[in-house]
Amino acid sequence: MNLKDVIVCRCEDLTLEDVRKAIAEGYISWDELKRVLRIGLGPCGGKTCRLLVLRELANHLMLSVDQVNYRPTVVRPPLRSTSFEVFLKEENG
Amino acid sequence: MTYDIIIIGGGITGVSIAYELAKKKAGKILLLEKEFLSAGSSGSCAAGIRAQFGSEFNIGLMKLALEKFEVLAEELEYPADRIGLWQGGYLVMSSSQPEWESLKARVIVQHRLNVMTEVLTPGEVKYRFPDVNVDGCFGATYHSKDGHADPFYTVFAYGKAAERFGVEIRKRTEVTELVRDDQGIKGVRLADGDTIEAKQVLVATGAWTHHLMKTIGLDIPLWGERHEILITEPVERVFSPMVISFSLGYYIQQRPHGSFIMGLPPEQKHRWFDPAQFDISPTWGFLERMSDTVQRILPRFKGLNIVRQWAGLYEITPDSHHIIGPIEEVPGLFSAAGGSGHGFMYGPGLAPIMAEWMLGQSLSYDITRLNYQRFAKGELVIEPAVVG
Ligand SMILES: Cc1cc2nc3c(=O)[nH]c(=O)nc-3n(C[C@H](O)[C@H](O)[C@H](O)COP(=O)(O)OP(=O)(O)OC[C@H]3O[C@@H](n4cnc5c(N)ncnc54)[C@H](O)[C@@H]3O)c2cc1C
Repeated sequence: MNLKDVIVCRCEDLTLEDVRKAIAEGYISWDELKRVLRIGLGPCGGKTCRLLVLRELANHLMLSVDQVNYRPTVVRPPLRSTSFEVFLKEENG
Repeated sequence: MTYDIIIIGGGITGVSIAYELAKKKAGKILLLEKEFLSAGSSGSCAAGIRAQFGSEFNIGLMKLALEKFEVLAEELEYPADRIGLWQGGYLVMSSSQPEWESLKARVIVQHRLNVMTEVLTPGEVKYRFPDVNVDGCFGATYHSKDGHADPFYTVFAYGKAAERFGVEIRKRTEVTELVRDDQGIKGVRLADGDTIEAKQVLVATGAWTHHLMKTIGLDIPLWGERHEILITEPVERVFSPMVISFSLGYYIQQRPHGSFIMGLPPEQKHRWFDPAQFDISPTWGFLERMSDTVQRILPRFKGLNIVRQWAGLYEITPDSHHIIGPIEEVPGLFSAAGGSGHGFMYGPGLAPIMAEWMLGQSLSYDITRLNYQRFAKGELVIEPAVVG
């Protein structure tokens, strides 16, 4: 398997190679990877990549996925990308 | 193990001072961070940078900081496109005649210090920045060298450079108490009960500073206040300045990546001294207020999709300036915290001066007025140009 060909994050166009490299550099939590790769910061809000990344972290740290350090505040609203117009009081009465 | 210097806190303040100290060969330096670098306010901020302040003191200091940002990638040997310095200017909008008069008065001070801010009539704003709605605007000031940088990479770049100069960085290591005796500071105690000794200790823990200083009985007037922020989907790069209003509180800018990032001050202001109170959950009300602002100020972009909203803490002091320098009661103990909503931009400018201060060298810019003792003396530092 060529790590360069395995897309982990479609929003930011990141491959498994990018993720493993960053982990090897010492960015060993979801929050740090988010900041160094922008993974999970795209329009899908991490719905595609989060589990894949957590699995990579778990493998690296030799933990199970639910033991990987994960801040509860990390899931950011809105659940789906939503236009400003939806929140305009005047226009929606 | 004894260190020359322990720095607590891995935000912009801690990492930049660690780097400057190491560059000056200050000895064995240890940086302790309870989570990871940029886990605090530095990782949740808008990372705007401006020299458009009102007091000579702040304009001069931010001019230094801007100059530092301009060479930062090269100095820290970090990719410039990652540090992402973008100098698209700050467009400071006025919303009343008195505000407009005071913005213009500040420009006179800025010019005196060679910060060449332009004064724009509403018509000129319309012409230069056609997307900006100037209804209700009495005029705006624009300084083309203001802008922003990537807060994560800026912190990581300082961290890496500090490590190259020999600083030891321990992540996921929380300091539970400072340790002192009659002579002064002795070191720090960690969550696992271990004590690490050092000749000097610098507390650079942002909103957590009051709490940590309290462990040795110091009462530092510094609290956390929730500020919300959001980011849109990325679109083509079409908008260069940071649009900002001190009176209405909003700021809106497009990131190099194409997303728009923006915020507003909270409607209800809490003063959280104890970390147990810190609440950085996002609110629905903020989305409504922000959407309304976008519709008014940048109507063309109101159809953009919001991808994410979050909140972080401003680390605020009674006069909205840092508390920086030695704590006289405890020899060897220093603080550097309390950026009050502009701590990111000040970081790179303050760090070399703070390093000089800790090493007993003469200061290249006089920041002594930002010392903790000012509160006891009643000498608050006044700055008119701040948001919320
Ligand atoms: C929404 C928002 C927008 C902002 N916009 C801007 C802007 O446009 N421009 C600007 O200049 N500033 C802005 N700011 C302010 C800026 O983010 C802060 O002033 C700045 O990041 C403070 O940096 P710091 O290093 O002092 O603190 P922090 O970044 O908070 O770092 C403190 C660190 O100390 C660690 N720590 C705390 N306690 C302990 C302990 N006991 N042991 C070990 N480690 C500990 C924390 O985990 C944290 O990483 C904004 C802030 C917010 C919230």
